Amino acid sequence: MNTEINGIILMFVLTILFAYPLGKYIANIFEGQRTILDPVFNPIEKFLFRISRLDSQKEMNWKEHMVALLTLNAVWFLLGMIILMNQGWLPLNPDGNPSMTPDLAFNTTVSFVSNTNLQHYSGETGMSYFGQLMLQLFQFISAGAGIAAAAVVFNALKARSTEQLGNFYNYFLKSCTRILLPLSVIVAITIMFNGTPMTFLGKDQVISMQGDTMHVSRGPAAAMVAIKQIGTNGGGFFGANSSVPFENPNYLTNIIENVSINLVPIALVFALGFYLRKKKLAWMIYGVMTVGYLCLLIPTIYLEMNGNPMLANLGVTQNLGSMEGKEVRFGPAASAFWAITTTVTSNGSVNAMHDSLTPLSGMFTMLGMQINALYGGVGVGFLNFFIFIIIAVFIAGLMVGRTPELLGKKVEAKEIKIAMLIFLLHPFLILIFTALASYLIYLNPDLPWLNNPGHHGFSEMLYEYTSSSANNGSGFEGLADNTPWWNISCGVVMLLSRFIPIIGPVAIAGILAKKKYIPESAGTLRTDTGTFGIMVFAVIIILAALSFFIALALGPIAEYFSMS
Amino acid sequence: MKRQRKTPLLQSALLNEALRQSFIKLNPKILFRNPVMFTVEVGTVVMLAVCIWILTGEKSQGSFTYNFSIFIILLLTVLFANFAEAIAEARGKAQADSLRKTREETSAKLVIENKAGFAVTVQNILSLELKKNDVFICETGDIIPSDGEIIEGIATIDESAITGESAPVIRESGGDKSSVTGGTKVLSDKIKVIVTTMPGESFLDKMIALVENATRQKTPNEIALTILLAGFTLIFIIVCATLQPFSLYANAHIPISAYISLFICLIPTTIGGLLSAIGIAGMDRALRANVIAKSGKAVETAGDLDTILLDKTGTITIGNRKATHFFAANGVDDFLFIQNCLIASLADETPEGKSIVELANQKGAVMSADTMHHVDTMIKFTAETRSSGVNLSDGRRIRKGAFDAIKKISNDAGNTFPKETEDSVREISSNGGTPLVVTENEKVIGVIELQDIIKPGIQERFERLRKMGVKTVMVTGDNPLTAKYIAEKAGVDDFIAEAKPEDKMIYIRKEQQLGKLVAMMGDGTNDAPALAQADVGVAMNSGTAAAKEAGNMVDLDNDPTKLIEVVEIGKQLLMTRGTLTTFSIANDVAKYFAIVPALFIVSIPALQALNIMNLYSPQSAILSAVIFNAIIIPMLIPLALKGVAYRPIGASKLLRRNLFVYGLGGIIVPFIGIKLIDLIITVIIQ
Repeated sequence: MNTEINGIILMFVLTILFAYPLGKYIANIFEGQRTILDPVFNPIEKFLFRISRLDSQKEMNWKEHMVALLTLNAVWFLLGMIILMNQGWLPLNPDGNPSMTPDLAFNTTVSFVSNTNLQHYSGETGMSYFGQLMLQLFQFISAGAGIAAAAVVFNALKARSTEQLGNFYNYFLKSCTRILLPLSVIVAITIMFNGTPMTFLGKDQVISMQGDTMHVSRGPAAAMVAIKQIGTNGGGFFGANSSVPFENPNYLTNIIENVSINLVPIALVFALGFYLRKKKLAWMIYGVMTVGYLCLLIPTIYLEMNGNPMLANLGVTQNLGSMEGKEVRFGPAASAFWAITTTVTSNGSVNAMHDSLTPLSGMFTMLGMQINALYGGVGVGFLNFFIFIIIAVFIAGLMVGRTPELLGKKVEAKEIKIAMLIFLLHPFLILIFTALASYLIYLNPDLPWLNNPGHHGFSEMLYEYTSSSANNGSGFEGLADNTPWWNISCGVVMLLSRFIPIIGPVAIAGILAKKKYIPESAGTLRTDTGTFGIMVFAVIIILAALSFFIALALGPIAEYFSMS
Repeated sequence: MKRQRKTPLLQSALLNEALRQSFIKLNPKILFRNPVMFTVEVGTVVMLAVCIWILTGEKSQGSFTYNFSIFIILLLTVLFANFAEAIAEARGKAQADSLRKTREETSAKLVIENKAGFAVTVQNILSLELKKNDVFICETGDIIPSDGEIIEGIATIDESAITGESAPVIRESGGDKSSVTGGTKVLSDKIKVIVTTMPGESFLDKMIALVENATRQKTPNEIALTILLAGFTLIFIIVCATLQPFSLYANAHIPISAYISLFICLIPTTIGGLLSAIGIAGMDRALRANVIAKSGKAVETAGDLDTILLDKTGTITIGNRKATHFFAANGVDDFLFIQNCLIASLADETPEGKSIVELANQKGAVMSADTMHHVDTMIKFTAETRSSGVNLSDGRRIRKGAFDAIKKISNDAGNTFPKETEDSVREISSNGGTPLVVTENEKVIGVIELQDIIKPGIQERFERLRKMGVKTVMVTGDNPLTAKYIAEKAGVDDFIAEAKPEDKMIYIRKEQQLGKLVAMMGDGTNDAPALAQADVGVAMNSGTAAAKEAGNMVDLDNDPTKLIEVVEIGKQLLMTRGTLTTFSIANDVAKYFAIVPALFIVSIPALQALNIMNLYSPQSAILSAVIFNAIIIPMLIPLALKGVAYRPIGASKLLRRNLFVYGLGGIIVPFIGIKLIDLIITVIIQ
C-alpha cells in the first residue's frame, strides 16, 4: 500500500492508542485521585493557594465557576497587553524586535487568551523572547481553563442533584500541571532531539554555499511547539508555523506533532466515559466525532493527492499530488491530514499553506471549524459537542414521545434557549463579519486586503472569520490581515466566541445538575447507542450545512466548479 | 358504556368555519404568538409591496406575474397554517357539542307535590329536564337520573358501572352516605332523592365549556420547541441577510422575491404552521377517547408517565365476582348442595347470583319445572339481612350470604358452624376469593366460592405498558397474599395490599421522590389528595366532585384502563411534534439545491452544477420550492390531527424508525416534489 497512506493510518491509530489511557488518567485527576506527579506539584500548589488565599476545596456552583474563569482571563488580558506593547525595551529581546501597536497587541493578546492563536505578526520579526515566553504561558493557561470548564460540565452530569460542582482553581491548576505540562515536556524533549531549537541566543549567522551571509532566527522554540500542539493552541514560534524545519524538522516530528493535536481532545472524551462510568457514551461521542472527521479527511486526502487539474492542464505533472504550498518532506497526504486535524480541533497550527489547498479541501477545513465540535479544542470541543447533544436529545426525545432527558435530567425550555443561542453565535459571528468585510470590499474595491480576487478572495475572508470564531487561529494567509480592521474585528470575534460558548454549556450543565435525577426506564431514550449517535451526527451536519451552505457555495464551491 | 364518536377528518360545516377562521387569524396580533408564521406574514407583506412597486414602473425586480405568484403562494402558506389550527379547533368544538348531545338521556320519575308538600303524582320526564331541588323516586332496577341526595328510604345500589366495585353499596337518607350519583343503578328498595346540581352546572358541563373556549396555554415542551424553531428562524434571517453583501461582492443581482422565497423556504414553516394544530388535536384525541383533559400539559405529562396506580376491582379484575366452586359441608351430598345453591340463587338478580346459576348448570344441576313448583317465596337481598334465598313449599328455607351474616343466623338457631366449612371460608379468602355461605333451615350446608376474574387481555395491556417503560401498580383492599396472587396472575409489576386511601398517597410521594411521574385513577373524596398529588390524576366522571376537582383529567367512561390510552395519546402528541420538526428541517436540503443555483445563474454560472434536480429556469425553481413549501402544510394536516402512531418497541428502535421515515424521508420527498412541480410549471408556461 501507498507509504503516504500508511503514515496517515499510523498517526490515526497512534492517537487513539495514546488517548484512551490518557483519558483514564484525566478522569482520575478530576476525581481527585493521587497521581505520580503529586510529590512534585502538591507543595507548590499548596504554597500558591496559601499566598493567594484561595480555598481549593471550596465547592462552587456554575456561576462561581464562571466568575473565577472570567476574572483570571481579565488579569491575563491586561498582563498580555502591557508586555506586548512594551516588549521592545523589556529584557530577552536579542534580535531587537519592536513593541506592538495597540491594535496588534489587542489582537494577539485576545488571540492567545482565547486559545485561538491567530497570528497577525511573524514570530521572527514581531516578537521578543520575553513576549514568546508570555505567550507560552498563555498557551498553558488558556488550554487549562478550557479543560477546567469541561471538568465542571463532567461533574454536573453525574447522576445526582446538586449545585456543588467542584472548585475551578483546583480543576484549572490540575489541568495545567498534571495534564498539559508533563505531556508538553515529553513532546518538547523529543522534537528538541530532532533539531528544534531551544535557546535564548539571538539570530544565528550562517554563510551559505554561495558565500552569502544569512541570519537565521531561533529561540526557545521547542517548548512552545510542544504546548501549541498539546493545548490545541496552534500559535507557532515562527511565522510559518510547523512548516518551518525548525518547528517541524522531519517526518517523525510531524507524526509526534500531529498526534499531539488530537491527543487531549480525544482523551477528554474517554475521560468523560471513565468519570461518569459511562464508557459506551464516550464511545458514542468518539464515534460521531470520528465519522465526521473521516468525512472531511478522506476526500481532502484524495483531492490533495490527486493534484490540481488547472496545473495539469498547463502540462505540470501532478503525480506527486498538489504540491503548491506544501513541504516536500511531508507530502500531500500528511499535509492534508494535518490540515483537517488542525481545523477540526481548533488547533490552527499548520504544516502547509491552507490558502493553496484545492478549493474543496479548503472548504473541508472551513467546515471542520464551522462545526468546531469534531474533537474540537481541549475542553471546549466537548462543550460545543454538548450543545449539539442537547439539541439532538430534544428533537429525538420528542420523536420517541417523551419529554427529552439527558442522563436522567429533563431538558426544558431554558436549556434549549441557551443551546440555541450558543449555536447561533458561531454562524452569526462568521457570516455577519464576512458580510461586513465583503461589503467594505464592494464599497472600496481598492482595499489592499485581498491578494486574490473573486471566489478565492471571498474564501480568504470567510476563512479568517471562521478561524477566529472557531478559536482556531490558522489563516488562509492570502489575506493582508495586520490592519486595524482585521486586528480589531477578529479580536472581537475571538473574545465573543471564546467565552460565550464556554459560559453557555456550563450554564446548561449547572441547571441540569440542579434538577431532579430521573432513573432510566424502558421508555427512556438512551444516549449511548448508535442510533442516538446517528441523530447527533445528523443534527451536526444539517445545522452546519444549513448555516454555511450559501457562504461556502460562493467561495470554495464556486471556485471548484469554475476550475473544472 | 363506551361511546364511539367519530368525526370524519373533513366535514363541510367544519370546513366552512375553519376557512373563515383562517382569514381572521391573519391578524398580526393573533399570528404574533407563532414566530415562524409571523415572519412568513411579514414576507408576504413585503412581496405585496414589491408587486405594487413593479406596478409603479420598477424594472429591476422581474415580471409582475412572477412576483405576484410568489405573493399569492406566500399568502396561501400563511392561510394553510391558519387553516390547520382552525380545523383542529373546530373539531374540538364539534366534539364538545356531540358530547353534550350524547349524555345519558335516562328518564326520571319526578314527584309532583301539592302545596302541603304531599306527593300527588309521579311524572316521567327526561333526566335533562331535572332542575335543582326537584325530587324524584327510584325503585329497584331504576337508573338514578342525576346527582342528588336521598331524603327518604334506604337502598342497595350497584355502583360497579362507575366505581368498578362489585359489592353493592348501601345508601340511606341522613348521614354522609346519602348522596347518589347519576348513572348508578338501584338494586333493591325504593328511595326518594332531591337533585343537588343545577342543569348545565355539573362538572361535566364545566369541562365541556373548557374544551369549547379553548383557552389553550402552551405546554412546556411546546414552549421549548417554539424556542428551537425561533432559533432556526434566526439562523435563516442571518443567512438571508448576509446574502445581500455577499451577492454585492460577487456582483450578483438578486431580486427581493428571491431573498424572501429563500427565507420562507428555509425557515421551518411546516412544523411552525402545524404546531398549534398538533397541540389542539392532542386534547381532541383525548376527548375522542372520552377523556377530558383540563390542560394540554396534562396530556403531555401522560406521555412521560413512569408509574401507574390502578385499582384492582374493575380495572384488573372484572367488576363482578363469579362463582367458581361449590364446597359442601361434611355429610351433605355434593349434588344436593349444588341443587340447593341453584334454588337459592333463583331470586338473585345480582351478577353473582346469575353466575351461581350458570356454574350450577355447568355442574349438571337443572331447574326443572318440578322444582320451580316447589318454590313458595323468594327472599330478596336486603341491606339489613345481607342474605337472600327462597322458602320452599315443603317448608325448607334456603339462604345464602356473607360469612358473618350467615354465622349469626346459624348461631341464633343454636346450630354449630361446621369446622370444615370455616376452613373452606378461610382458604377461599386466601386465594383471592369471596366465600358465600349457604344454609338449609338455618343449618350450614356448604360454601360457594366467588372469585375475581382477571379481565381477558389485561396481561397484554400491562405488557404493552412495560414495553413503554411504564410500571403498573395494583391497589387493593385485599390481604397481601390474595393481592400477590392476583398481581402475579395479571402481570402487574407491584401491588399495594390492604390499601387505605393514604397508602396511595404515600406510594405516590415515594415514587415522585425517585423522580418518577405517577398517574392514578380515583373516584372517591378520599382519593382527592392522592389525585392532586399524582402528576396525572384521572377522576372518573361518576366520582365525587372533590375527586374531579383534584384530578387533571376526567374519564367520562369511568373505565380505569383508560390510563393506558391516555399515555399513548401523550406520547403521540410529542412524537408528532418531533417527527414533523425533523421533517421540516430535513426539507431544507432540497430547497437549497433548488434555490441557490437559481440565485446565481447569471453571476456564477459554474454553480449550475448544484442544480442537480435539473430545474427548468431560476424562476420555475424558486416557484417550485415555494409551492412545495406551501402545499406540504395542508398535505400534512391529516397527520397532524391524527398523530403519528406510537409503537411500544423501545425508544432506540422507535427513534431509528422515525429518523428513517421522517428524517431521510424529509430529505428525499422535497427533491421529488419540487421536481414534479417544476415539470408542471414547465408544461404550463410552454
